Amino acid sequence: MSLELRGITKRFGALTANDAIDLKVESGEIHAILGENGAGKSTLMNIVYGLLAPDEGTISVDNKVLKIESPLDALAAGIGMVHQHFMLIPVFTVAENIVLGHEKVKGPGFLDLERARREILRVSAEFNFDVDPDALVEDLPVGIQQRVEIIRALIYDAKVLILDEPTAVLTPQETDELLRNMKKLRDQGTAIVFITHKLREVREAADKITIIRRGKVVGTASPTASQEELASLMVGRPVSLDVEKNAPKLGGIALDVRNLTVRDYTGRALVKNVSFSISDGEILAVAGVQGNGQSELAEAIVGLQEHIEGEITLDGKNLAGVSVRKALHSGIAFIPESREEDGLISSFSIEENLILDLHDLPPFSNGSAISQVAVAENGVKRVAEFDIRALSPKDPASSLSGGNKQKVVLARELSRPVRLVVASQPTRGLDVGSIEFVHERIIAERDSGRAVLLFSTELDEVVGLADRIAVMYRGEFIAIVPADTSREELGLLMAGVKR
Amino acid sequence: MRKILQKIKLPILALVVALFVSGLLIAFSDPKVLALKGDPLSMIAKALSIAGSAYWALFRGSIYDPQLADTGFFGGLYPLSETIVVSTPLILTGLAVALAFKAGLFNIGAQGQFIVGAIGASYVGFTFELPIVLHALAAIVAAIVCAGLYGGFVGLLKARTGAHEVIVTIMLNYVASYFLLWLLSTKAFLREGRMDPIAPEVLESSRLPRLAGQDYRLHAGIFIALLAAAAVWWLLNRSTLGFKFRAVGANAKASRTAGISVAKSTTFVMVISGALAGLGGAVHILGADHALTNEVGGSFGFDAITVALLGRATPLGTVLAALLFGALRAGGLTMQATTETPLDIVLIIQALVVLFIAAPAVIKAIFRLKNVEEGQAIGSKGWNG
Repeated sequence: MSLELRGITKRFGALTANDAIDLKVESGEIHAILGENGAGKSTLMNIVYGLLAPDEGTISVDNKVLKIESPLDALAAGIGMVHQHFMLIPVFTVAENIVLGHEKVKGPGFLDLERARREILRVSAEFNFDVDPDALVEDLPVGIQQRVEIIRALIYDAKVLILDEPTAVLTPQETDELLRNMKKLRDQGTAIVFITHKLREVREAADKITIIRRGKVVGTASPTASQEELASLMVGRPVSLDVEKNAPKLGGIALDVRNLTVRDYTGRALVKNVSFSISDGEILAVAGVQGNGQSELAEAIVGLQEHIEGEITLDGKNLAGVSVRKALHSGIAFIPESREEDGLISSFSIEENLILDLHDLPPFSNGSAISQVAVAENGVKRVAEFDIRALSPKDPASSLSGGNKQKVVLARELSRPVRLVVASQPTRGLDVGSIEFVHERIIAERDSGRAVLLFSTELDEVVGLADRIAVMYRGEFIAIVPADTSREELGLLMAGVKR
Repeated sequence: MRKILQKIKLPILALVVALFVSGLLIAFSDPKVLALKGDPLSMIAKALSIAGSAYWALFRGSIYDPQLADTGFFGGLYPLSETIVVSTPLILTGLAVALAFKAGLFNIGAQGQFIVGAIGASYVGFTFELPIVLHALAAIVAAIVCAGLYGGFVGLLKARTGAHEVIVTIMLNYVASYFLLWLLSTKAFLREGRMDPIAPEVLESSRLPRLAGQDYRLHAGIFIALLAAAAVWWLLNRSTLGFKFRAVGANAKASRTAGISVAKSTTFVMVISGALAGLGGAVHILGADHALTNEVGGSFGFDAITVALLGRATPLGTVLAALLFGALRAGGLTMQATTETPLDIVLIIQALVVLFIAAPAVIKAIFRLKNVEEGQAIGSKGWNG
């Protein structure tokens, strides 16, 4: 079976997300679609899966042009998709999730789960997936949840399997496991479309590589191409993948955290008894798979968590239990994990976003009224200083690209007197150019003697920036290791395996 | 100018469609029209004439009535005076709801706050004897304080316990209206020699001056309302506090992350929102009604929600929407009195306007519009907000 796209074009207003894209995927191959965030990869696949309608172009399967108007049409045509964010209902069992939308009945009103259960066990055994059909999805690790999605596609007889950024949520070991399974599926004749921006994985697994940049196919590459070659094709200019930095010049201890425990409102501990300190001029990077308490730890330090025990001090001054405002003004710059939700107010203008934290202080406010002039001047200044690409500082923040949004957050947070930078996933979803900018900025802060606490799920980022690495697993720091620790070892630690 | 036109296009078209649909309803619910079933032409003619006369009555009741113009042009403007009298409290309650919308809160409680304000103003108005300007001021301040506390209580509950403001304000509306009913049966409030629930008239010294002589009810309250609208505009768009309100309303999580206290914003905005609604109650008592009755609230607080929605939660929009609703209310009475069209049709017009505003797709489809500014979705936080 083969899937062929011809001249697929999709426009959103003035933006052309896909511009006359041609693509052919044959059975028995892993075809990687490589491109930066926002290049149009997901749009393309959503078109193939029937979630979006193309403005122009055709999709054909086995040389027959098909009209795919919904995921049901796609499934019927043998196209299955595993989304970046899983489409599973956490409180349902695996079997219940899999029959969802295709419920078979034994009699009127009686769900036939037995059949689904048998199917799951069959597929699971075939690929060594080790999935229990009766487990609740919420109890399963992310890697297994992903297998559930894959099983769902296979049970509905997918001949073409689309995997949208499947490794974003996995540990290095889980990633290896997934790549192995992809190869196994390929060898049995499934065509796999592998969407990613991670060069290492592409080189390891792909048989063919198509590179998309700004909605256009800009070329193909063989898996033997070097990472640098792939990166420059993806970005459109030569890029250096290494972060350049000098040896750290350590000062005294800036942030000191002792026996910190963070609980949610039900009393469950999300961060457990964590202790560490960071010196001036040092980057401590916290590695770990998403959802192991990193967000809560970052939030606790800036005062966004309510139920905390333990000590947090910055330059000897207590930070535990103080308001967010107090924490920020005692010298913390906070780059939150989600720009859209926590970092910015999308409907506000760029210049307003730049003063969110300082709007009631001079020179922006005389106590009761906001000085429009001062806000505008500050806007112009910061936009220039941080190279924020916007038509005007008065445009809404929602009009910016992800990288420029992050620059707005950086510009705001670094405009106060800073002693400590807490950066949570600061490059998630950014293009390579913006990633370079953010990394340079973080190194610059460190080199000017500030302490940096960096949370990242990208191992490359952790290894590239860190002076020391802490690995977080299920709310604990299971180890703090030197920056030159091997990836394998970090991977094991991230999976909770202690040395 | 074009920008303004873009903004008001949708509400105006919604009004036009609502009037059209209501016109059909007026015509085809009339037995005289239905009796002509077999004769389409005369049926349409009859329908046109019935809907036409209903809307003509609506106009005469709300803006200008030539039949009253025997004393000159200004005599004919009596309905306009009535429209403004009805609109004045609506502007203030509308502003109360709009301000809360902007801060991300759905204040359903303008009705209760209005009543509490009216109680405060009325009590000061008929109890104390004060010099002329001072008395009105004192009554207004009393209303603002009472209603501000009443609204602020909701904000405080939400900030402290997370109690949803919609539930709390709905309940407090009942509390206010039954409290009023009880008050009117007490010695302090019941007018001497009366058994029905009505308080003494507020003293002459506390009343808002009439603007066009004693024959017209038009009073100085409209200036207070317009001033309040300007103040709310300044608060939202220029002040530090308003920046916090808007920030929390647009994205509470980001505001909290930037160090803005969501709890304080919630409490303060409800104090001010309540105070605005209470000011509406004061102005209505001191300007138009003079005496507190159990019916004082009318539907000023509930219509306020629609008014704020129609006005896109902006001060200017709210003023315009309140004037429109005032006109419909005032004109509806004349329509009911002089034609066979019931007052309820006004409610249908109001409902349809809101429906078309809330579902812009309908209007866009009818008029084949593209790129009309829909404005921000307001107050649509659901129950988890």
